[in-house]
Amino acid sequence: MQSLWFAVLVVALTVGPMAGAWATDPCTAFVGARLIPIGQPEIAAGTLVIRGGTIAALGPVEAIAIPAGATRVEAGGLVIMPGLVDTHSHVGGGQGGDASGPVQPDVRILDSINVFDAGFRKCLAGGLTTLNIMPGSGHLASGQTVYVKLHRAATIDDLVYRDAAGRVLGGLKMANGTNSQKDPPFPGTRGKSAALVRQKFIKALAYRDKLAKAAGDPEKLPDRDLELETLVEVLEKRRIVHHHCHRADDIITVLRLREEFGFEAVLHHVSEAWKVAPEIARSGVGCSVIVLDSPGGKIEAADFSLVTGAVLEEAGVPCALHTDDPVTDSRLFLRTAALAMRAGMSREKALESLTLAGATMLGLHDRIGSLAVGKDADLVVLSGDPLSSQTKVLQTFVAGRQVFDRNDPEDRLFAVGGFGASRDQRAESCCNGPTKVGAAR
Amino acid sequence: MTPRLFAPHRRFGMLAACLVFGLTARGLIAAQPLAIRGEIVHTMAGAPITDGVVVVEGGKIRAIGPAAATPVPPGAQELHGAVVTPGLVDAHSVVGLSGYLNQPQDQDQLDAVDAIQPELRAIDAYNPQERLIEWLRGFGVTTIHTGHAPGALVSGQTMVVKLAGTTADAAVVAPVAMVAATLGDAARTTGDGADKKSPGTRSKAVAMLRAELVKAREYMRKRELADDTKRPDRDLRLDALADVLAGTRPLLVTADRAHDIASALRLADEFKIRIVLDSAAEAYLVADRIKAAGVPVIVHPTMRRAGGGGETENLSFETAATLKKAGIPIALQSGYESYVPKTRVVLFEAGVAAAHGLAFTEALAAITIDAARIIGVADRVGSLEVGKDADVGIFDGDPFEYTTHCTGVVIDGQIMSTEAR
Repeated sequence: MQSLWFAVLVVALTVGPMAGAWATDPCTAFVGARLIPIGQPEIAAGTLVIRGGTIAALGPVEAIAIPAGATRVEAGGLVIMPGLVDTHSHVGGGQGGDASGPVQPDVRILDSINVFDAGFRKCLAGGLTTLNIMPGSGHLASGQTVYVKLHRAATIDDLVYRDAAGRVLGGLKMANGTNSQKDPPFPGTRGKSAALVRQKFIKALAYRDKLAKAAGDPEKLPDRDLELETLVEVLEKRRIVHHHCHRADDIITVLRLREEFGFEAVLHHVSEAWKVAPEIARSGVGCSVIVLDSPGGKIEAADFSLVTGAVLEEAGVPCALHTDDPVTDSRLFLRTAALAMRAGMSREKALESLTLAGATMLGLHDRIGSLAVGKDADLVVLSGDPLSSQTKVLQTFVAGRQVFDRNDPEDRLFAVGGFGASRDQRAESCCNGPTKVGAAR
Repeated sequence: MTPRLFAPHRRFGMLAACLVFGLTARGLIAAQPLAIRGEIVHTMAGAPITDGVVVVEGGKIRAIGPAAATPVPPGAQELHGAVVTPGLVDAHSVVGLSGYLNQPQDQDQLDAVDAIQPELRAIDAYNPQERLIEWLRGFGVTTIHTGHAPGALVSGQTMVVKLAGTTADAAVVAPVAMVAATLGDAARTTGDGADKKSPGTRSKAVAMLRAELVKAREYMRKRELADDTKRPDRDLRLDALADVLAGTRPLLVTADRAHDIASALRLADEFKIRIVLDSAAEAYLVADRIKAAGVPVIVHPTMRRAGGGGETENLSFETAATLKKAGIPIALQSGYESYVPKTRVVLFEAGVAAAHGLAFTEALAAITIDAARIIGVADRVGSLEVGKDADVGIFDGDPFEYTTHCTGVVIDGQIMSTEAR
């Protein structure tokens, strides 16, 4: 506990000077922090320079020149790591497919997300800066997911990642096992589940062939079909399948379907992946793992084990972690990695699984997931080691702009909870309002 | 394959070896004294002991003190760790009644047929083979207060058990600990008109509870009548409430909204009964009244979900600390989970509470001695003191750090596990 008090003292001494007008400054240098770049060795006392929303330089304090005119932020005693990437979240009250059928790939969760949901503020309080927001697992295909960057925003359009052509980025949520089994028209068995999915993909293959044969000739083009169009994106590896699966046999079923149709996939939750790690490794598919406080709660999670991350690491399977918020609390996402480490995962992989591994699974690793020159300045400033239970997220930055400040009373409410902490909130600008500057509490 | 926290895997040695060791060790220990050494021993009965030893014989603590000054019987088996604590006490759980599979056949924590059923005994439903028992024990938990769940106006009784023993009778510490009641939305019947069962409103719920307590008081009066022909027939339901009215055991009232907490305090005042508040998400809004009433609070799991628009939407990581600072006796709990994960672990809940305002010792007390006091078993468990049950947790570092392992668990002098978890 003595180290905790030391950390509190350090924070008290350093936060004051930090809480200035840096958020809008074109160039800021954080000096003296321990930097955890991910994929590179940690830097015990480093300088990180951000400019125009991206990372301009980082290295040991003595090796990095602070640019003229830069705002200098004393960050000694603090830890800076990349913004966390949650590969599986349900924040924002989004909805996917309805009860009308088990396969609804045309439905976009994008069309239902409430960006004022308090959950987004709690994400920032946990250091999360990028989410894959998913519809639920009650369908074989419940809809299109969306990758969002947690800017302060008024509409979901302000948050979505887009490719160079302006296309919204996201995957397709699919599920097998018990969640998607119910009364017709939903499947009643695992065999039926796979059959329905295969039939739909076979239709999509035919649709793709018609499109190819038409070669743009309007006389020959098939009628546009939003469901099949989405599945064609999947077949052409332009949209990743994010597949809910718990039991070992359900995991293998996903790999079998993937082999047949050639889509790209990430396996999500994977409670029993520890039983079939070599098989997963041979497929080359990555896993997004949930970490829970106990097994059970549903039959599929009966054999959940904390050891999954460690076993996958040893087998060489790419491994990210996720919150599945509200199943686990976004404010405690760091804890997820610490528990994986408790059960044998290496520290390096545990930290990577919160950041770069997830960014890679979303295809965003060129922009986010590590502290590297040219990448987006999505940062978390921590009071201490990221895997300590006593560490606090002090500040969060998205594209160089501060979006969370634990010293801001409103932000603090979302960080710790209390009266009103679950109510919808307008997205006020954080941290640099006239009444908030320098308000160290 | 047996699903365990740590399957046979690199840093953790062979599972089979652990199992064999565990079985033989348990056989040996009963007759053999045990010495548990810790670089720090948190007795929870005075200052921590540096380089301490706990000496165990016959299932009880026979001596405790600095290793240099505490004789260990010759031939004693030795266990050691960086940190030694009392076996952890979970002040409120449903483990053993609410099974990990979460299927109808393993859910015995709530019978929804009647709103008021204080006659339901926990011991008649407790399953000591439930897998979550081993799960909790692996993290140092040795005693739980478990039983009927929140969710009905009066759902039944609770009990205190050790996480050992192959029958409920062998595990039990207190066969009846409290009678469990719930105020607020969770106790209301919220059918869409087809369901006409009461209570449909908060007021109706309190009216029903008051009526039942009044009835029990009349029952108690008539039980004492001189003319035995006028005495009432024995009624298990009223017997259980009579015990509450007589002060033999408290009413455990689960209430999250501040106005439901106020209702609980009003009932306690009217009927002069002992109550223990449970969950109490908004307790920080009425801390002065709780303090004035002298009522202890078993605070919701620190990491409980707030959700949106529900009874717990205003909960805070800091509630345990806020109440503690107000001078209210508190404990922490694993609580009731209706989905995934099926139980929480008080070790983890206390760690997060310690990061949010509770001092280390206060957080540890909330899952050891303070919890034992609130559930009425502090004479046997909750601290490491001579004469108390030899229930001990051993850790390879600060127990509240996520990456520390629980490396040993002892219950009644028996080594339950030595596997790092």
